[in-house]
Amino acid sequence: MALTGIQIYKVLPKTNCKKCGLPTCLAFAMKLAQGQAELSLCPDVSDEARVSLEAASRPPMRLVTIGAGAKKLEVGGETMMFRHEKTFFHPAALVVRIRDTAPDTTIVEAVQEATSYSVERVGMTFGIDGIAIQNDSGDGARFATVAQIIKDKTDLPLILMSTDPAAMNTALDRVHDAKPAIYGANRNNIDQMIDLAKKHGVAMGIRGNGLDELAELSEKAAGAGVESLMLDPGARGLGDSLRVLTQMRRLAIKKGFRPMGFPTITFPGEGAASLDEQAILAAHYIAKYGSIIVLDTFSPAMIYPLITLRLNIYTDPQKPIQMAAGIYPIGNATADSPFCVTTNFSLTYFTIAGELEASGVPSWLMVCDTEGLSVLTAWSAGKFDAEKIAKTVMDQDAPSKINHRKMILPGRVAILKGELENELPDWKILVGPAEAMDIGGWFRKNWT
Amino acid sequence: MTVEIPIEKWTGKIQEVTLGGGGRKKLVIGGAATLPGLKFEGSTGNPTRVAIEIHDCEPQYPTLLRSAWGDAVKDPAVWAKKAAQAGAEIICLRLTSAHPENGNTGAAEARVTVQKVLSAVDLPLIVMGPGVAEKDNLVLMAASEAAKGERIALGPCEEKNYRTCAAVCISDGHVAIAKSPLDINLAKQLNLLVADVGVPLSSILMDPDTGALGYGLEYAYSIIERLKLAALMDDSMCQMPIISHPGPETWRQKEARTADGVPSAWGRSEERALIWEELTATALIEAGSDLVVMCHPKAVEAIKNTISKLNA
Repeated sequence: MALTGIQIYKVLPKTNCKKCGLPTCLAFAMKLAQGQAELSLCPDVSDEARVSLEAASRPPMRLVTIGAGAKKLEVGGETMMFRHEKTFFHPAALVVRIRDTAPDTTIVEAVQEATSYSVERVGMTFGIDGIAIQNDSGDGARFATVAQIIKDKTDLPLILMSTDPAAMNTALDRVHDAKPAIYGANRNNIDQMIDLAKKHGVAMGIRGNGLDELAELSEKAAGAGVESLMLDPGARGLGDSLRVLTQMRRLAIKKGFRPMGFPTITFPGEGAASLDEQAILAAHYIAKYGSIIVLDTFSPAMIYPLITLRLNIYTDPQKPIQMAAGIYPIGNATADSPFCVTTNFSLTYFTIAGELEASGVPSWLMVCDTEGLSVLTAWSAGKFDAEKIAKTVMDQDAPSKINHRKMILPGRVAILKGELENELPDWKILVGPAEAMDIGGWFRKNWT
Repeated sequence: MTVEIPIEKWTGKIQEVTLGGGGRKKLVIGGAATLPGLKFEGSTGNPTRVAIEIHDCEPQYPTLLRSAWGDAVKDPAVWAKKAAQAGAEIICLRLTSAHPENGNTGAAEARVTVQKVLSAVDLPLIVMGPGVAEKDNLVLMAASEAAKGERIALGPCEEKNYRTCAAVCISDGHVAIAKSPLDINLAKQLNLLVADVGVPLSSILMDPDTGALGYGLEYAYSIIERLKLAALMDDSMCQMPIISHPGPETWRQKEARTADGVPSAWGRSEERALIWEELTATALIEAGSDLVVMCHPKAVEAIKNTISKLNA
């Protein structure tokens, strides 16, 4: 939990000796609070103060890294209960589980499918974040072979899943340089699993039967020096997991309870009777405190909605997603289709694009860069004016895309019509409806 | 080790709003004294209620949704019955034909439709106007008269026309649906205005607006969470139960409507469309929606299942 400058100041020597390079202890405390100075710069701080400040300055939830290389995953590191309080920082990871009992050809296909999956949304590209390998065969050699096959076919981070330390050891010996996470520490195997995690320097998942046991195991691991942990409280149902994951997040963030200060790992496929149920459970973990989400089915019809939901939940509420400036076709737009103008706030864009789509009239939607502001806000901030619109028309080369010279302006900025006619003398400026939902009606009346 | 579970001590709770009575089933909405599902620290009140949307004229549904309802979409009474069989707890009737662009029907037609639906099913009813202020006033007044004594919900009751809707709710004993555009302050202010006119707090539902998955869901999600937190901290003007429209919002979007010409990474259209509606609803329910309006019968089944598991 972050301390304020005043809280830090209280435990400093208050001598204003300037040895840290700052004029006063209060100034030094402020720098410490902002993370811009190191406590070690103060030669006179007491050991007691050092311990209390170091404990308090650790983040409430550890950031855990899985994998090596460009696609490595970072999960956890959250500091909020609700996204509106600030933001959620590290998007929940969508991982696909493959079982070592499947035939090699099936495994290879599944790995290739997951690795090559890619989908675009609001100008960003997303894919699967990792592959979990489940040791269902009960055979350590088979588990290791499959881990090797999968590692050779993908650059995605791996999670090795087994409760058998011997099998885990065999698999780790083969693929440890990929820095896979291991999952399956429990009260029976915790000591051997800790040894493996330490030996290979990999993150470890712990399953506890309820919070009491989980806290004990997590404390034991951290005490042994394994601090890259993922926690599984064992709950699988929707209501139970909502309650226990909420409790864990509260313990970590609001109480500073160290044994719960780690990302979580969840399994929506366990206990789901259908694809829809798995999708709903995974969505629930995206919204409520799942850090790693291990799916048991690779289905784009589920993955794409989940990626979209994650984008919604993990978007910084202070920084709206923006569309790139451009001229976007809606439906099968042709050179004769209507040409509409709007701003680059993604919600504005999607609302209007949705209504244009629903109107059934193919059209063009030109997006001007207004730094993520909606139509009226951008207009009042001077970022959506006649000059900006005219410049976008030229930059995006609108005349090469459409035959006519008619532009439909948002009704809310009808006031720009006169200026635009001056800026674009060969264009006819039409004033569209004030509300996006009236676009369909407006087309029927005004566009023939 | 015994972990001490952190409990939030909330001082406020969500209003309970009753629909129905008279000739139909009674249903109570709201009542939670904590956040969704967190029964270890307080009452979770009534589970989120599920309404199914029907229209008074055939809507522009995409094929997948249209075929789920078949020719029932041609007759609101038949449709209401079919919706009841599909598991609706409430019927949400939209007077779509009253829109000036969509038939421009008036008070007389609205009265007949509402009466037909009321006699077809014994479920509580929501009647929504076409969303054009002057037509809303006209048809909601007619609907209110036709449903006198049945305690239905009427909306949208918006800032520009809340007086008429509020007045008919007071005189005929109905519930007003106060609708504001994705803004917590506007939502609160409208509740205050509607309450000031004399609508009892137990007769207001609030609709802080719904964005579908990928289309502003995050705004709806966070506004609902903020309203719930304010309500639990005892802000009485945020304690109205919340109604959301995941069904209709989803089926307006390309991901639900379009089967061809979309990237293969979107997956099979039948599965994707249903999951789109289900995930929109799931997120809104987890944020705190007290009533969700749904469209596809299969999504209704999945969401009712989800709600019962959330509270199990």
